[in-house]
Order: sequence, then C-alpha cells, then structure tokens
Amino acid sequence: MLKLPKLLLMLPVAALLAGCQYDVLVPKGWVAAQERDLFVISTLIMCIVIVPVLIMAVYFPWKYRASRQDKSDYDPNFEHSTKIELVVWGVPIAIIVALGWFVYEYTHKLDPYRPLPAEVAQGKPVEVEAVSLDWKWLFIYPEYGVASVNEMVIPANRPINMKLTSSTVMSTFVVPSLSGMIYTMTGMQTKLHIVADHQGTYPGRAAHYNGPGFTGMTFDTIATDDAGFDAWIAKAKASGKALDTESYMSLEKPSMRDPVGYYASVEPDLFNRIVNMCVEPGKTCMAETMMQDRMGGGGLDGIKDKSKLEYDDARGVDGFGNALPTPPAPLAHLLSGGHGAAGEEEGQTHGE
Amino acid sequence: MANEQINPYLDGWSPLFGRLTWDWIPYHEPILVATFAGVVVAGLIVVALMTKYRLWAPLWNDWVISIDHKKIGIMYMVLAFVMFVRGFADAIMMRAQQAMAAGGAAGYLPPHHFDQVFTAHGVIMIFFVAMAFITGIMNFVMPAQIGARDVAFPFLNNFSFWMTVCGAILVNLSLFVGEFGRVGWLAFPPLSENQFSYGPGVDYYLWSLNLAGIGTTLSGINMVTTILKMRAPGMGMFQMPVFTWTALCANVLIVAAFPVLTATLTMLTLDRYIGTHFFTNDLGGNAMMYINLIWVWGHPEVYILILPMFGVFSEITSTFSGKPLFGYKTMVWATISIMVLSFVVWLHHFFTMGSGANVNTFFGIATMIIAVPTGVKIFNWLFTMYKGNIRFEVPMLWTIGFIITFTIGGMTGVMLAIPPVDFQLHNTLFLIAHFHNVIIGGVVFGTYAAVYFWWPKAFGFKLMDKWGRRSFWLWFTGFYFAFMPLYALGLMGVTRRMNSYMDTGWQIYFIVAAFGAVLIALGIACTFWGMFVSILHRKELACGPDPWNARTLEWAMSSPPAPYNFPETIHVRGLDEFWRMKQEGFKWSGHYHDIHMPKSTTAGVLIAAAATVFGFAMIWYIWWLAIVSFVAILAIAIGNTFNYNRDYYIPAKEVAETEAKGAAV
Amino acid sequence: MSTTQMTQGGAAVAPAHGDDHAHHESPTPLGFWIYLMSDCLIFGTLFATYAVLGYNYAGGPSPKDLFEPGFVAIETALLLLSSVTFGMAMLRAVKSDMKGTILWLVLSGLLAVGFVAMELYEFRHLIHIGAGPTRSGFLSAFFLLVGTHGLHVTVGCIWLITLMIQLGQRGFCEANMRRLNALSVFWHFLDLIWIGVFSFVYLVRLV
Repeated sequence: MLKLPKLLLMLPVAALLAGCQYDVLVPKGWVAAQERDLFVISTLIMCIVIVPVLIMAVYFPWKYRASRQDKSDYDPNFEHSTKIELVVWGVPIAIIVALGWFVYEYTHKLDPYRPLPAEVAQGKPVEVEAVSLDWKWLFIYPEYGVASVNEMVIPANRPINMKLTSSTVMSTFVVPSLSGMIYTMTGMQTKLHIVADHQGTYPGRAAHYNGPGFTGMTFDTIATDDAGFDAWIAKAKASGKALDTESYMSLEKPSMRDPVGYYASVEPDLFNRIVNMCVEPGKTCMAETMMQDRMGGGGLDGIKDKSKLEYDDARGVDGFGNALPTPPAPLAHLLSGGHGAAGEEEGQTHGE
Repeated sequence: MANEQINPYLDGWSPLFGRLTWDWIPYHEPILVATFAGVVVAGLIVVALMTKYRLWAPLWNDWVISIDHKKIGIMYMVLAFVMFVRGFADAIMMRAQQAMAAGGAAGYLPPHHFDQVFTAHGVIMIFFVAMAFITGIMNFVMPAQIGARDVAFPFLNNFSFWMTVCGAILVNLSLFVGEFGRVGWLAFPPLSENQFSYGPGVDYYLWSLNLAGIGTTLSGINMVTTILKMRAPGMGMFQMPVFTWTALCANVLIVAAFPVLTATLTMLTLDRYIGTHFFTNDLGGNAMMYINLIWVWGHPEVYILILPMFGVFSEITSTFSGKPLFGYKTMVWATISIMVLSFVVWLHHFFTMGSGANVNTFFGIATMIIAVPTGVKIFNWLFTMYKGNIRFEVPMLWTIGFIITFTIGGMTGVMLAIPPVDFQLHNTLFLIAHFHNVIIGGVVFGTYAAVYFWWPKAFGFKLMDKWGRRSFWLWFTGFYFAFMPLYALGLMGVTRRMNSYMDTGWQIYFIVAAFGAVLIALGIACTFWGMFVSILHRKELACGPDPWNARTLEWAMSSPPAPYNFPETIHVRGLDEFWRMKQEGFKWSGHYHDIHMPKSTTAGVLIAAAATVFGFAMIWYIWWLAIVSFVAILAIAIGNTFNYNRDYYIPAKEVAETEAKGAAV
Repeated sequence: MSTTQMTQGGAAVAPAHGDDHAHHESPTPLGFWIYLMSDCLIFGTLFATYAVLGYNYAGGPSPKDLFEPGFVAIETALLLLSSVTFGMAMLRAVKSDMKGTILWLVLSGLLAVGFVAMELYEFRHLIHIGAGPTRSGFLSAFFLLVGTHGLHVTVGCIWLITLMIQLGQRGFCEANMRRLNALSVFWHFLDLIWIGVFSFVYLVRLV
C-alpha cells in the first residue's frame, strides 16, 4: 500500500536538492520511517479535499468575475443548498474519521514509551540513560558502566531503550533520522525506544530552547556494527576518568560547546540520583520526599529540612551562560519566616 | 549587552534605583544605539510638527480621552501598526542572522541578543499586533454593525486601550533600558524562573503581559455585553451579521481564557519575586502545570485571533460577490463549535512531553475535529462566490489570497495534530512555517482586507487601489518565499530558535526565506506609502457612505461617521438589513431627537500611566516607586467613581445639521 | 442607546428627552456578571493549582499540622454573617431607608474586616513558624488561593467605604443603587468562593 505514495514523494524530494539531507523524509530507523509513512499517508488523504478547494479558490473567482461577458449565471439570492451543505460537512468528516483511525493506530504503535516490536530490532537491547545538562548531553550506558558526553554510539539494528532526564531546565532529545523527539525534564524521567536500521552518523540535538548555550547543544549519534560498538565501549573504558559524585557535580556546571568526552566508569545508580535531584551530598532524594509526602508530610518538624531539598538556587546562570550565585527572589525574606513578623502581610498583599 | 566585560547581572541593588544601573543601558550595542537615535529623531520631528500645527490639544481631547468606540478602534489600529513595524524589524533581524550564520560563521547577532529578538518577536506579534488588530477592528465595526451608538461601557473601553498601550510601552522600553526575556514567547519554566533567567528580561515580559491582559479581559467583557445588550431593536441573535457573531465568540473566548493567563503569569511572578514554588524543580513545584495552564489559554488564543477574521472575510466575500453569505446558519454554528472545541485541544502543543498514547490520541483527534467546521467555512466562502458577480477590489484580493494560504496552513496544521508526525516536526521550522501560514494568511491578510474595506467608512475616502494591489502581491509572493523554505527545513529536522548552524546545505533555504522577508518588507512599505499618498489625494478619492455596495448596518452611517453613529434608531427585520433598506430606497426621516452620549474621561489614560510606572518599578525592584504608583492607581480609580457627571445630550438641531453636512459629501 | 442608564448619576430620574434608544435597560448587571465569571475562572485556575500542588509538602507540614478547624469555622461564620447583613442592607435600601442601610452596611464591613484580620493573623502565624509560601508547593498554592480571596474581600471593603460616602453624598440615586446591587452580588460571590475554599482547602483536608 505504501509503495506508490513513497515513490511519489521521493521523486520531488530527490529532485529538490541532492545536497540536502531531508532527515525526516529519508529516515534511517524504523520509528522515524513509520512516522514518515504516516506523514505521507495523512498528506495524501488530506489532498482529497485540499486540492479541490485550491482549484475552486482560483476557478470560482475567475469564472464568476464581474467583468465576464455572460452574466446569466449570476444568482444574487443563492445562499443555501442542502446538497452542498451535506457535501461540505460530509467530506471533511469522512476524512477526519479516516485520519482518526490512523492516529489511533500509529499513536499507540509509536508511543515512545513502548518497547520496539521484535521484528524491527533484533538482539539484546542496549540501555542508554541520557541527561541534558547546561549545555551538553551526557549518555550513560549502565550495562557497560561507561558514559560519554556529546556522543552517542549505538549498535545498528539492535533496540535502544532510553531513559532521559534533565539537570536544570527542559530540553528535548532528538535524532531526526532515527525517531521523533522527547522532552527531558528535571526531576522526571521520560523514555524513548529507537533503532538504527543502517550504520552511519546521524546528527542529534536539543530541540527545545533552553538558554544561552542552546544552539551549540548538539551531538552525533553513531550507529555501528556490534564489533564497532564493543570497540567504542573499550575506548571509553580506556579513558581512565571516573564519573562519580564529584566529577558529575563539576560536569553539571554550565558550559558550552564541550568536546566529546568519555568516562571509564560510572557510579552505580547515578542516573537515578540525577532524576531524584540528590547527587549533591546532603540532599534528600525526591522519591523519598514524595513517599514521605504521601504519608502526610514531615510535619512541623519537617519545616527546618527545607535546605535539604533546595536545588534550583545553586544552579543559577546569568544571561551569558555563566554560573551565577543567584540572589534569592527579592521579596522572599518577607515571607520565609523565622525573623521579624512586621510587614509580612503587606508583602503578601503586594505580591498578589 | 554583547560586551561580556560589562556584566550587569552582577550589579547590586540600591534603595533609590533598585537594580537599575548604568550597566543596563546598552550604549555599547551599535544596533540599539542606532535604533534609539532613530526613535529619538523621529520622535522629535513628530513633537515639532505637532507643536507647529497646534495638534496637542486636539490629540488629547479628541483622541486620548475619547470614549468613542470608532476612535478607540482606530487608535488600536495605529498601535498595532507601530508594534507591527517593531515586530517585523525583529523578524528581519532573525532572517538576516540565519541567512548569514552557516558553517561556523557567527553572524552579527550574539546569542544573548538573538534570543531576546525571537522572544520579543513572538510576544509583540501576538499580544500587541494581532490582538490589537482584532480588538481595533471589532471596536470600530461591531457596535456599528448592531446599530448601537457605542459599546456598553465606553469608559472601560478607553481604559482597556490604554492598558494595552501600557504593556506595549514596557515591552519597547526593554529595548533601551535593560533587556527582554530570553525564554521564547511563552516563557516556559523552569527556564523562566529567577535562577535560570535572572535579570529584568522575564520581568518585563510578565508585567507587560499581565498589565495588558487586564485591558484585554475588560475589553472582552465589554464587547460580550455590548453584543448581548445593545443590539438595535428587532435584531435577534440570528439576525446578527456574521462578523458580529465571530466577534461574540472571540470575546467569549477572551473572557474565558485570559483569566487563566493572568493567574498563570501571576504564579510565575510570585515564584520570581517572593520565592514560591509553583513551577520550580524543587520543593514541590510543577513546571508541567505551567505548560498545561499556559496552553489552556494559548490554544483558545489562536481562535481569539482567527475567528474575527473569519467574520471579516465573510462580510467581504458576500459584499464583493454581490450575494448573501452562503450558509449563514452553518457559518454561525461552525463558529460556535470552534469556540467550544478550542478548549479541549491544548495538549497538542506538547505531545512530545511523554503523555500516554491514549491521551495523545484523544487530543490529536479532538484537534482534527476542529478542521471540520473550519473546512466548512472555507467551502461556504467558495460557494458564496459561486454564481456571484465578483469584483476584484483590494479587500477581495486579500480574501482570495487568504483562502488559498489558509487552506495550506490548515493542512499542515492537521499533520501536526497527528501525534507521531508531531514527534518529528514539533519544535522544527515546519511548525514555525505552519503557524505563520495560518496567522499571516489568516490574521494579517484579514487585517489588510479589513483596513482596505472599512477605511472609507472611517475617513470618507478610499485607499489608492494601485498601492493596495502592489502591497498584496508583494505580501502574497513574499509570504511563500519566506515560509515554504521553512517547511523544507523542518523536514530536514532543523530546529527553531537556533542562532547559527553547521550544515551549509541549509543556508540557501535561509537565504530564500530572507529574500521573502524583503518582499514582505516592500509590501508593508507599499501599504504605508499607499496610505500616505491616499491621504494627500483624499479629495479625489472621496466616496459616499457606501462605496462597496455593502450589506450591513455600519454602511448606513455617514463616512466618516458622526459621534452618535446613527441619527435615529434602526428597526431590524432580518439579515443584511442595510441591503434591504437600500432596496426600499433608504433615507433618514429627518425628524431627529436629542441624542444621549457619554462624555470623555481622563481617568483611563491616567490609571494606565500610573500602571506603566508601577510595572517599571516592579521590574527594577524600585519598591518605593512601586508603592507610590500603586497608591496613585487606587486614588485615581476611586476618585473617578465620584464623578457622576458622565453624559451629555447632542441636541436634535445639531444632529440635523451634522446629517445635512454629511449628505453634502 | 442605553447611555441613559449607563453613566449618569446625578439626577435620580433621567430627563424626559425623546431618546430613541430608551428601550434598552442598563447593561451594567450583565457586564458585572460576566466579570464575575471571568473572576471565577481565575479562582478556578487557583483551585486547580491547589489540586495539583496541594499534596506536595516537600517534607514539610500538611494541612493537618497547620489548620485549626475551630479558627476557620469562626472565620467562615464571620464572612457568611456579613452576607446576611448585606442582604439586610439591600432590603433597607429598596425601602430608601438611608439610616438602616448604612447601619447594616457598616456591620457587613466590620464582619468582613474581622474576617480579613483573622486571615492575616493565620498567615502571620504560618510565616512565623516557617510555613510561609516559600516552604513548599502546597503552601504556595494555599497562600495564593486564600490570599487572593482575602484580597478580593479587602477590595470589597474599600469599595464599601467608598460607596457609603457616595450614598451619603447623593442618596439612593439610580447610579448608587446600581453600584450597591453590583457590590451586593460581588459580596455574595466572594461568599460562594469562600465556601469552596473552606470545603476544598480546609474541610476535606482535615478529615
């Protein structure tokens, strides 16, 4: 069914620009290929109504122009026709019903949280944990105990199961040749399942604006054969550097256009602690706090534990992307309590 | 602040000036200094001319404090066009930067500046251009279409306008004092929190939008009340012109959606000022909540913009086709269903944030369902032209250009509504191309159509045809040159908001897009030049009250209209009442009564001025000034309620004289 | 057009000009109702925020640790009672009884001031023990929702004082009656919102 549409679309694409890589239309992975197919299908279905409308939009004004010779077809009172109304409601509804079916099918099939079907990717899945930092990407390979910065290497044709999070602000992970995008969010974990059908190097980047270093937040995704992947793991192991609490805390500091880097070992459970915002010593993990909250919170005694949960204040940046010891919110002292009570109510009123 | 040697972010706070220091004045930025010099010179010329021709008093008395809906409408249009130039300058800067910055070249805008430019462009174009355009058009046309003398609350109308100006002033001030946000037009947290965007930029954003938002909400309440309460006798809901219907639906959306925006922005403001935890990462904040709330406002917002334009195109199509609108009832019901549906689709703006497949499916299909009533509308315009007698006047050109452009934009919109397709195209230039496709094709083309259509009503003479046509063709072709390459780039996976890129293969597309932007610039220039020469030639271009042989009541007013709009009450019997009146040889009776009118008031502009100072003081942490200006706002507002003398009568004799004069033109 | 009713105040009875639009009634009540609907949506957003953040204690105190049912009950009683007294004021106003009207209005105002004072006392106490709006998402949402309501009541009190002065100056003219009606609707509206606050913020969370 898809042969013809694909061909139709490929022709102009090929002709359009040989030099350009239409990553979305010429995918290199099953997920992206399915997304492309749906793009083509929906375009063609919509053309059923779009093309006639465009033709009418040009033809009617020309046909019924005031300067025409024969005006016998001018009907100044024509304003209703049940037949036409049926068509103009019916056709769009039919199209939306058809598209709706595809939406249901494909949205479930391509849910980024859903592991890939066995027939599209064989072999043992590779787990990758990705973290968007200010402004670089960290990829942790928990099964191999290695990590890399700004370079993701994957074995082609094997399923890649990704978990993603962010250290400060929202970002979006995307490698257009392989799949659509997924957001990374601090304190939350998202998932993505991808596969590369062909070996090659595919550009990836942060697709959601996330601050001064946004433009340079790119990485290459290199899909190789199993041997190449093993060699890469070995190379990372040979780098000698360890990704532990201390080196993560320094890696996390804002920086731009960092070179590719490798870590030979990764502290166990590091990704989990990043998600839970408790890599820094002395911080309470979010999961723990949430559990406590579900049990009714920390009570009045818990008030003093605030500093164990503070996270954002230590990670401020200025407008150029330098770390900034952020001044706290200017009026916070009025409402934080503990000290002088006078003027507090006033502060509240002004705040509103 | 390209110069990193000067880092204003490190400056401290002083009681007198808050955090405002010399470092925040961008005197080392050649682009901004030149802009500032230009603004000052132009401003001085205007001031000199105004003084020479003694225009200050008329400006104040006839415009600034006027509560006449027609004048307020025109002032909204002037504001919108001024802001349009500002927003378009931002667009040209981005196009130039991206055309240059390929393959490692840095271009001419450093990230710190570029990021402000794209944020300001979005904010200005939506809040101070598109919103101001539709509010202006609704203000001018709607009360006249329903045969009313003014809106329900004329004072509020004036106040709403000046609050919009207050927001616009703050946004423009950020150009020369400090900086604007670098967060994108919706300022998603946590990026927009104090920690990650310290500095006045986001605070300019928050205060200008919230202050202008008060004006917008009040204006929405005013318009809804006007339509429900002020219609001429006999005009039932289904005898209202389609434009009035679309205005009603748009304003219901304003009343329903803008409070959500106000509450959401207030929460972000509190996070930034008093350290609450609504949207922070830590201590129980939830950034996703902001994204949901902002889009609960944001999606209806796009329908707020487009619905009135659907009304404009309906009036124009039927007028220039010489036929009643095809399927009036269908049109109304389509508008109402769009209004309702617009509240159940917001999640399609973040399919990629990891919602489950069922949720994505629901919102995807709900979004596509909106395409049905919208498609029906397109068909109705086509069948209004069918068997018609179509005159290709300038407004009709814009309308046909709209139908073609909007149809394409609608198609790409449905594509983006399909979650798996959106996974690929979200945040790419495909998305950018899509929404410019519908907003330029819909709102901007609609505004131009409306301006050329109702200009003769407002001023008594037509705009010069020649320049109108040139403007249209430049805009139309310029649009396709500027945005079709962006669709292509989107399909290459090119992300929005990049200030440079490595792949030199993309550059040719950006250059073509920049060329398109130049064509659009010429189109804008033609419009302004056309207005200028038309004003010079206004004697030759003068026309009667009904130059297009139109169908709705506003054309029964004289051109330009008298303050009271209609010298006597019109009794409406059905749709297209003015058309019927003309068939029956319409003439005013000549037996006029005294007409009761509201008086001008200075309170609106004074409160808005104090609000501007208040906003500025809050942005810069100048607490003493904030308190003083806040007290001033309260004092003026309360003081104003002690003024009970708010109306006057225009004597019947004066009405008769005015009408006699009007007839002579 | 309805400018007749819309803006004038001084003269209690509009002069019998042959204004051809006189059939319109004042748009003010409808407009004010629409305003209240939009205000309702602001509160709706804040309620939704409280629903989302209301359990994010961040290891700090929960409603059970902070709220005292008795205190809130008295607060509620004050506000509800002020609605009743405002109703009495309206009944007197319809009868053009200035003295009675002002008396009931003063009483309504005092009850409302009492309510606001109690709320400020509660806020002050919470902030003092460190449970201010900066402690957790729950407390941020709580302070915003309850504080916004309190701010509305405060504005209502300012409006009430202003209107009492105006009643004293101009009596029960049409404009003043319209304003009194609007304030009355506003007053009852705030009561209604408070019932929501009382139920969802305090009651349900204390059970």
